[in-house]
Amino acid sequence: MGVLALQGDFREHLAALRACEVEGVPIRLASDLDAVDALILPGGESTTMARLMEPGLRASIQRRGAAGMPVMGTCAGMILMARDIQGGRADQEPLKLMDIGVRRNAYGRQIDSFEAEIESPAIGGAGPAVFIRAPQVTERSPEVKELASHAGQTVAVRQANKLALAFHPELTSDRRWHQYFLSIDGEHR
Amino acid sequence: MEELTPALTDRRGTWKVKAGLAEMLKGGVIMDVVTPEQAKIAEDAGAVAVMALERVPADIRREGGVARMSDPGLIAAIIDAVTIPVMAKCRIGHFVEAQILESLGVDYIDESEVLTPADEEHHINKHAFKVPFVCGCRDLGEALRRIAEGAAMIRTKGEAGTGNVVEAVRHMRAVTGAIRKLHGAGPEEMVMEAKRIGAPADLLEDTARLGRLPVVNFAAGGIATPADAALMMQLGCDGIFVGSGIFKAENPAARAKAIVAATTYFDRPDILADASKSLGKAMRGLEIGAIPQEELLAGRGW
Repeated sequence: MGVLALQGDFREHLAALRACEVEGVPIRLASDLDAVDALILPGGESTTMARLMEPGLRASIQRRGAAGMPVMGTCAGMILMARDIQGGRADQEPLKLMDIGVRRNAYGRQIDSFEAEIESPAIGGAGPAVFIRAPQVTERSPEVKELASHAGQTVAVRQANKLALAFHPELTSDRRWHQYFLSIDGEHR
Repeated sequence: MEELTPALTDRRGTWKVKAGLAEMLKGGVIMDVVTPEQAKIAEDAGAVAVMALERVPADIRREGGVARMSDPGLIAAIIDAVTIPVMAKCRIGHFVEAQILESLGVDYIDESEVLTPADEEHHINKHAFKVPFVCGCRDLGEALRRIAEGAAMIRTKGEAGTGNVVEAVRHMRAVTGAIRKLHGAGPEEMVMEAKRIGAPADLLEDTARLGRLPVVNFAAGGIATPADAALMMQLGCDGIFVGSGIFKAENPAARAKAIVAATTYFDRPDILADASKSLGKAMRGLEIGAIPQEELLAGRGW
């Protein structure tokens, strides 16, 4: 399982994987991606990660993503996976791994960041969620399934073996979202 | 979903949310900017956040006088110019400047020794705010005192505005060295060490258990080149603040990009060599020994 390690909280994702007894591999260069079958795009600054992603790595993620590699994105990772980005920069080109439109910083500035409980069949009930300058899913095609919503906004979605969360499961000790992603990865072996 | 959580139960300004934003900035570069145009250059280069200021530390140092919070109009213009988080500085102990910055929607407040202190005995009670704070430190005791007051992120003080990384290295080594010394210490030794360094014993115990500070720790104060940034990352910092080092250099856009790359690929000398090529002149820089004692900024803070 690879974790994009250009910037952001990739160490928390690697620790979450260790807690699930899975070895995580930090991914910084295109050649790193050859060693993994699935990928997590962590939280961080989506503009920075997009800048740092070398063309070869970007192309590899897009090609392998389209060919069925399971990918999970949290917060900035969700933004990177989208087809369209609102409230971003005009030159911010997403990876287009999922048929969703997202709005960056949809809840406002840092003082509007929050913790909440969210419910989802994916984790078999309710669990903690940390939203930090979080995005929202503003549009999705019929193939994209909503897994969780909060206050009327879609905050977790799945399309085949792609999973995108507006919040940060890696910042809590609840490992059910990582386990859910690992189960998606398992289904597609 | 069959059931919606009412937004009224959302908890804002919690410790997790404050410390969590710092986690998202890790592996990134936060750049001092004095105009919305500079903020855009920083964002273009891949900065994870900008620090909105009227004057960079090198100019504060040269011009002297009392250095205060920047004009809220300038900070608001910088907030409008970029999509990345915007930080701003208030004076040590000046909680009203902090209230003003919070009301502007600043994403992080730096209670900074670069500005002239407003209180020579106390820092701000940062728990009283919803906006998170970052504070500077020279050693472990100072870092843990700031965390006790509510700082959700720590940085080395270094010696701002000098373009000389030596003080940042000193402060980072002081912190990591002191943490290493805690290894294997018994509870009774921990209490006396806490007393000796002037740190709360519970935070010292947390630090010993984690083997690192309980919050994210960035490098700041004197970073001027890609190699400086990579040096601080290899010494264990979580990310980099660059103050005067970018916009006092000959080619700010290229240097900003290179420092961003160096912070990600800090352990790859081949990539660092590439990133360091043809950047033009770095800021001139100052020898610390040549600065009169009373003009050193790192001594501010209690």
